[in-house]
Amino acid sequence: MRIRRSEQFLGHLLLVVGALLALLPFLSIVLLALTPPGERTGGGGLPSSLTLENFATAWTRGGFGQALWSSLVVAVAVVLGASLVSVLAGYAFSTMRFPGRFVLLGILLVGLVMPYEGIIVPLYYLLEGMGLLNTYWALILPQIATSVSLGVLWMRTAYANVPRSLGEAASIDGAGRWATLWRVYVPVSAPAIATLGTLLFLYTWNEFLMALVLVPQNPDVQTAPLALSFFAGSTRNFDPSVTAAAAVIVALPILVVYAIFQRRFITGVVAGAVKE
Amino acid sequence: MTTLSPPRPGPARAAGSAPRRRPFLRRYDWDAYLYLVPAFAFYLVFLVRPVVESIWIALFDWDGITASEWVGFDNFAEVLADPQIWQATLHSLVFVVFYALLPTALALVFVGAIARIRVRGLAAFRALLFVPYILSTVVVAISWRWIFAETGPLNTALRAIGLDGLTRTWLGDFTTALPSVGIIGTWVMFGLAFVLFVSGLQNIPAEQFEAARLDGAGPVREFFAVTLPALRGEIQVALVLMITAALRNFDIVWNTTSGGPGTSTTVPSYFIYREAFVTHQVGRASAIAVVLTLLIFAIVGAVMWLTRDRDAAAPRGGTR
Repeated sequence: MRIRRSEQFLGHLLLVVGALLALLPFLSIVLLALTPPGERTGGGGLPSSLTLENFATAWTRGGFGQALWSSLVVAVAVVLGASLVSVLAGYAFSTMRFPGRFVLLGILLVGLVMPYEGIIVPLYYLLEGMGLLNTYWALILPQIATSVSLGVLWMRTAYANVPRSLGEAASIDGAGRWATLWRVYVPVSAPAIATLGTLLFLYTWNEFLMALVLVPQNPDVQTAPLALSFFAGSTRNFDPSVTAAAAVIVALPILVVYAIFQRRFITGVVAGAVKE
Repeated sequence: MTTLSPPRPGPARAAGSAPRRRPFLRRYDWDAYLYLVPAFAFYLVFLVRPVVESIWIALFDWDGITASEWVGFDNFAEVLADPQIWQATLHSLVFVVFYALLPTALALVFVGAIARIRVRGLAAFRALLFVPYILSTVVVAISWRWIFAETGPLNTALRAIGLDGLTRTWLGDFTTALPSVGIIGTWVMFGLAFVLFVSGLQNIPAEQFEAARLDGAGPVREFFAVTLPALRGEIQVALVLMITAALRNFDIVWNTTSGGPGTSTTVPSYFIYREAFVTHQVGRASAIAVVLTLLIFAIVGAVMWLTRDRDAAAPRGGTR
């Protein structure tokens, strides 16, 4: 490889600058959150001392314990629900012949590009009619529906990579369809299912518009991004360092999960995107 | 499984003997529908039904509470004649530049710069550059509100290098609010484009680069001859995702400027929310939603067509 040193250097320099720019905005609010209340560093220079006081204030005033719990409940329910129905439907699309296969697949594809903004108004009245507004269900049920397109297509591809012979061997051993799914297809596709779950978790955790529209009046079920938005918008919190602390509190869980599973996150987003 | 079961006309036999002899109904796996029911139940009730209802509601004058009145296509006519909606759509198109074209261009520069070299710690760089994309949009908005604030880091930096004249409240200024919100989008989307392109880069066979180098290609020619054509698929995907995000943009606008100052950063989804849930013109809100959805489908379709694989039919080694 006859690559000049300057080219090596420039490539790395670009990456370092890019990484700094990617982290700087978040790091600057971390710093702001650690700044003693009332002290203004103006973003330049370091604060005279560091404090966790803002975090305590934000935590008690914003009710973020409850909000993070709600986010977790909704995200876990959506991940489990959407994965289960996708595991089943993907199996049918991948291994069975039935009339209407391509039409149904086509209907699912529409969901991949369908913007939520286009359905949020009727969704509100639908859930109001069901008496589910301002409950966890108002966030869980629609988000399972919006995850189905990606989930089913994802599982269909995953099953396509399961060697046919494995499934046939199971059926010779007397396993029916149902048993073959759970004893062969699901275990073999476990990594793909885990990646799908990570991806859906990320999207559900961060969803904002649905929460704003569907659970605006019940603080007990409001997810973390919504609670943060209300907290930052309410005029009693004039101190920007408290708002910054609140933002860090909301960002931290997903950052920790990301730090552990970053490879799965990235391959998931890439594969999920390319599927579209 | 231990019981003696009669020989079943199961897949084992069907695979061996002539499957075409089976009676008509047996050629299909009818229980497939049982596996599809749960997924489609959710999908039909909470996605397909609202799509259809959106169109239906748009044909009425409705405040969300009292009886609705049929108005046909009046809502659509009204929306399409409303200069505020046109202005908001124009803002969305500006966001397409910031949310899609700019990140794509920047990520291509990055990928071009690293395509020929051995990057130390590429996985770490990839993970760091992707962080903005995984943060909640509300966290992103709050971070950037601070960056752009009067006493925030941007103005402080400008003062530090003697450019006091440029300082301002970036999100509160009529001329800078729109591009400032746009920059936030560039920051979020860059990581997505970069990650997609790097994964595409790793699929390019090394021989292609070597061949180009043997022909004496420099970095720039190599980029246009090898890297760019090989990334066509990834560029298409990135553009579709980012353009959709730009046109849908609600979260970041809502949490930074709420459409202001004045109407300088309004977007269609902002009007959908406001008219449906604040001013209670539900029919009109639905009409905007339908128009926005159609616009997104049209633009996505156009992008897919423009970036289609033109020589897909040509025999080309079949890498993709």
